Amino acid sequence: MDVSLDLLMNAVISGLLLGGFYAAVSIGVAISFGMLDIVNIAHPAFILLGSYIAFIANSVLGMDPILAAVVALPAFYLLGMAVYQVYYVAFERRDDQSLRGLSFFFGLLFIAEVGLILVFGVDYRSVNTPYIGPSLHLVLFDLPWRLLVPFLVSMVMAVGLQLFLSRTFLGRAIQAVAQDQLALQLMAANPVKIKRIAFGLSIATASLAGACLIIIQPVEPSIGREYIGRVFAICVLGGLGSFPGMMIAAMTLGIVESLTSTFFGPSWSPAVAFGVLLVTLAVRPSGILGR
Amino acid sequence: MRGGPFILVLIAVAAVIFGLARWLDNSYAFFVGYVVVQYIVLGTAWNILGGYTGYVNFGITAFFAIGAYSSVVLHKLVPAMPLPAMILVGGVMAGIVGIGTGYLTLRLRGVYFSIATLALAVVVQTLITNWDFVGGARGAYVLRPRTAPLIGGGYIDYLFLIMLGLCVISLATARAIERSSLGYGFAAIRDDEAAAEASGVPTLKLKLIATGLSGGFMGMAGAPLPFYVTYLDPSSGFSLNYAVNAIAMPLIGGTSTWLGPVVGAVLVGGLQEYLRVTISSAVNVLVAGVLMVVFVIIAPQGIVGLFKRKRQ
Amino acid sequence: MTALLHVEGLGKRFGGFVALDGIELEVQDGERLGLIGPNGSGKSTLVNCICGTLRNETGSVSFAGEKLDGLLASQRTHRGLARSFQLPRPFASLSLAENLRIPILYAVNARSTGRLAGAAIDARCRDLLGEVGLAGKADRLPRDLTQIEMRKLELARAMAAQPKLLIADEAMAGLSHAEVDEIIALLIRLNGQGVTVIMIEHIMRAVMEFSQRLAVLVAGKKIADGAPKEVVRNDEVVRAYLGE
Repeated sequence: MDVSLDLLMNAVISGLLLGGFYAAVSIGVAISFGMLDIVNIAHPAFILLGSYIAFIANSVLGMDPILAAVVALPAFYLLGMAVYQVYYVAFERRDDQSLRGLSFFFGLLFIAEVGLILVFGVDYRSVNTPYIGPSLHLVLFDLPWRLLVPFLVSMVMAVGLQLFLSRTFLGRAIQAVAQDQLALQLMAANPVKIKRIAFGLSIATASLAGACLIIIQPVEPSIGREYIGRVFAICVLGGLGSFPGMMIAAMTLGIVESLTSTFFGPSWSPAVAFGVLLVTLAVRPSGILGR
Repeated sequence: MRGGPFILVLIAVAAVIFGLARWLDNSYAFFVGYVVVQYIVLGTAWNILGGYTGYVNFGITAFFAIGAYSSVVLHKLVPAMPLPAMILVGGVMAGIVGIGTGYLTLRLRGVYFSIATLALAVVVQTLITNWDFVGGARGAYVLRPRTAPLIGGGYIDYLFLIMLGLCVISLATARAIERSSLGYGFAAIRDDEAAAEASGVPTLKLKLIATGLSGGFMGMAGAPLPFYVTYLDPSSGFSLNYAVNAIAMPLIGGTSTWLGPVVGAVLVGGLQEYLRVTISSAVNVLVAGVLMVVFVIIAPQGIVGLFKRKRQ
Repeated sequence: MTALLHVEGLGKRFGGFVALDGIELEVQDGERLGLIGPNGSGKSTLVNCICGTLRNETGSVSFAGEKLDGLLASQRTHRGLARSFQLPRPFASLSLAENLRIPILYAVNARSTGRLAGAAIDARCRDLLGEVGLAGKADRLPRDLTQIEMRKLELARAMAAQPKLLIADEAMAGLSHAEVDEIIALLIRLNGQGVTVIMIEHIMRAVMEFSQRLAVLVAGKKIADGAPKEVVRNDEVVRAYLGE
């Protein structure tokens, strides 16, 4: 009985830490889908890009992955703005069917995956840092640093973004464009420019999320697909447009996945997120804390 | 051209193609032909829900694999079952799953349906990977019979013939839909669902019909696969290539008519095969994705659409 | 005599915002009802709830003696309700004639009598387009139309469903004086053929000419309902339009 409880506790703790990381992964989509109504299913591809950049920096220069991600942030931001510009000109402005916008992102996802396979191959890649391996030993349980560091980075990112959105002029403009584009136009702000910045931010978060990912687990190009389900499950479950909701959903998913993995085996965990997503869509599409 | 004569023309074309392949007596031709024709069926199936009705299905691999794996199961349980029967079963199973998914999600925005289909693909893949009866992650071997029933010769000839038959049926169905009130209903849903509903179109019912037809044909296209590849494992059966190709080909060829997926499959499939043979098999896979993105941005009406505009 | 349309205690909220509050409305068979109110008063929301595009939280809608609660919009259209949208929503990839085909195929032909087939459908489409002055553009696409022509198409599409009750939601916005007269004449002609019409408009001249009865909606509540000449003299109505 004792062993079981220990196992349970560890599973829950890991799940919580993992959930924090999942939140980091989902923040980008919370912005692009939750606020800008752009279904960027290619977001996991950008995260993987971040992972591989961190991998190169780590294996070639010996740089810490998180540091590498921070250095790469501006590049990701610009990339996001460029992608949005293409999306806007090709789809949003033409007011075209969402069919083509979705296919565009799906195509990007695919191209990224194949491109990564061509450059890096299908082998798993990982990083070497002093904090992968050791754990923080607390009284009741152990917190692996490998999970704790990404968790902390995620929290910082989430809180930082939340503050940015609520305290700065630009952040509030982004919230405004999410709610009422016309009103924003009447206030003489350019909604397209604001959306471009917001999407740029969304992709910038992928840089850090990618670094966190490769710290937690080794990566290979096709794991992006697993994350689509997780990310959208979290955003839908948490309710679009609600950051706190997303955090709760992320933790919940993390715990459920961790428990499933511990007691049923890791090969079932990709299905968990998607199963949760399907059930949520069928039962309560507005999510836990949704509008 | 009315429906009846059209089917006859299709059958005639298919017979000529098959006859040509037989005369060439080159099994490479049969293998490549099978793949291209399979993509015509997949693309047509996708297009019924995507191009005609406006709902994007990303879970092609789920339906395709349901068809493939139901053949594996049937082959193990009833080895004597003829392939056409397996195709029917695979199609029905996939169609039911399609309608089920649709029922759960088609009352929401189209975007949620698309995301749900992505989810479905992974769920089905996980279920099958964990199912030992079909080999789980290790995969399953399926013995291909030595000779073809009915027509004699290699079994691959028979597979090609079957796929041609499926192709004729799916194209005839697509064209029949286009000209019928069902097709008008689909178009109305695609253009403006709320206005369609207000005009009396039972949108949920029609969407479920589209989803069932689309999923069903995909399942049917997948049913012969185990015999084609002889070794089926989840990572190849659920390969993203199927999904991207099935979407890219109609988008490139043109989504508004039955001809689009055909043009797309022949051109893109042909190009892929050429690249695979000349450069590498990794690059050919990239082609569909890149072309899709390019076409979706620059020529949303596809190749057929470009020709239509030139004529006007 | 039971009313053709009976709206009872209808309420609708959007989150915390109350769009409609306890609306009571009756429309007799063959009547011409005008519905007016300032922008944002809930007129279109009311239409959406009657026609089933939106679900009302409280109250009920009965049509020809049958409660419509829970019925889909398409089912209500089958039973004889039709509406035009305030902002035109044409089927963009279909020609004008094909736009009208949809309600014929799916509303008219869903009923047990009066179905059309083959050439009769084409003829009906062109006739209807002729009635709104769009016969010449029958094979064009909606994107080739002016805003005004799109409104006429909206109206024609609603008429194509052969309704017993037609709700025209601001069909005349932006039309010239002569065009307004055209539409009024068209609706009166329709009414003469037995179609009950609810006209939602801002153009007072049209409303006064057309309506046998006038109802006024302000901030989600019905504040007046009666003979047009009396309603426009009603103090509350005057205040709602001219402000305090």
